[in-house]
Amino acid sequence: MEYAYYPGCSLETTGKPYDVSVRAIFKELGVGLREIEDWNCCGATMYMSVNKTVGYAVAARNLALAQDMGCDICAPCSSCYTILRKVNRHLEWDTASKAKINEALAAGGLNYTKPVEIRHPLDILVNFVKIENIIKAAKFTFNGLKIAPYYGCQVVRPVYHFDDMDEPQTMDRLFEALGGEAVDYPDKVRCCGGMLMTTFEDVALRLNNELLCHAEEAGADVIATACPLCQMNLESYQQRINAKFSTNHKMPILYFSQLIGLALGIPPEKLDIPKMMIPLGDTKLLPAIARKAV
Amino acid sequence: MSQSTIPEPKLTREAELREAFWAQVKHIPRGDKINDCIQCGTCTGACPVSYMMDVTPRQIVALFRAGHLQEILESRSIWICASCYSCRVHCPQGILVTDMMYALKRLAIEKKIYPKSFPVYALSEAFINNVYHYGRNFEMGLAIRYFLKADPAKLMANAAFGLDMMKRGRIAITPTKIKKVDQVRAIIDKARELEGL
Repeated sequence: MEYAYYPGCSLETTGKPYDVSVRAIFKELGVGLREIEDWNCCGATMYMSVNKTVGYAVAARNLALAQDMGCDICAPCSSCYTILRKVNRHLEWDTASKAKINEALAAGGLNYTKPVEIRHPLDILVNFVKIENIIKAAKFTFNGLKIAPYYGCQVVRPVYHFDDMDEPQTMDRLFEALGGEAVDYPDKVRCCGGMLMTTFEDVALRLNNELLCHAEEAGADVIATACPLCQMNLESYQQRINAKFSTNHKMPILYFSQLIGLALGIPPEKLDIPKMMIPLGDTKLLPAIARKAV
Repeated sequence: MSQSTIPEPKLTREAELREAFWAQVKHIPRGDKINDCIQCGTCTGACPVSYMMDVTPRQIVALFRAGHLQEILESRSIWICASCYSCRVHCPQGILVTDMMYALKRLAIEKKIYPKSFPVYALSEAFINNVYHYGRNFEMGLAIRYFLKADPAKLMANAAFGLDMMKRGRIAITPTKIKKVDQVRAIIDKARELEGL
């Protein structure tokens, strides 16, 4: 099993722990990741707000580079994942636009004629690696740890792909299979505000405060995320949220891949856990994880 | 008469704006479905940020029908939309509301209808500059350029945060340039030319 890996810009910097932990668990589970050579930015939501055709041409360069690798793309960042899939759908729908985008690609000596499938690591883990094999490979159990599975927006929307748009279960099933308790988290597909943290901080702080409050109400010990933007908004702004709303949040925010990695027995430092901003030492997280009874 | 209390649309630019809006919408699958809106308000109810908007998504469609496109473009709503697609997946009429919001953003940028140094536009501009220069996004450079233009005071407020992230190796202080950045530029230049930009 092998995938063309598209990390995306965030996974090189603020989302580095996501990159490191996805690579680590895939290696442990025997899934190959071959990075798309010399990939570029997908254009994100930003380019779509300026010019659609130019934005899609920028994203399509990556698809053109991947089409001859002979496998599906694995894109962990949910923004990249959604944009790349959107480009594929658009090219199928709008033939005039497809011709324009291919003409632009031709200016760089490329073309995109063999559509490539784009997959999220959650999809790969649950539907291809399969949960029973992950259980077999696990060395530790979450031992009842209460995990709020937070999917955010763009893993499940705008078009159904591998999980329900309102009540996704992929992460829930993974954590439950590994001995954790996926709490009933009503905000699991609610938006974190994304780039609004930069442009309209007041709006984004309020949104993230609600996400944190509701996870606490559900009794969560940790929130698991599947997107670098969600992770950063929820984790890095807790101090600012506490100052603004007189709250006392101290919620660890981990990538689902870091949690799976811990269950697989990968050392925390190899999952970039020391790089997280909420120290796990004074939470229930690390003590909860126990060696699996053989 | 009571009718006189209804504000007259700003007709001067309305026709021009509507034409440009429909041109944008043409590039959205089933874009003309906006005509099927039944004003049920599901979009507004499903939207996580509608309560912080000056004009809700449902009102945007109503304003559009009433010929107030300029008011829509001047609202902060279209820029508060974070593109979470909740409206789109819940609309009973199958209207691609989020893509309509994107079309409105592009129209506002095309017609330059927003306050000077308007936050989101400044961010988009800095972002596409990054992609052109490096082929990738450079988060720290992006933040600095954006705050200098939109809100210099915030630059200092965010410096401590940036340092903390840097200590953890989660912020790069120099951009990563891809090898074939010339190829990316050639693609962008050609696409812009084809779009008449």
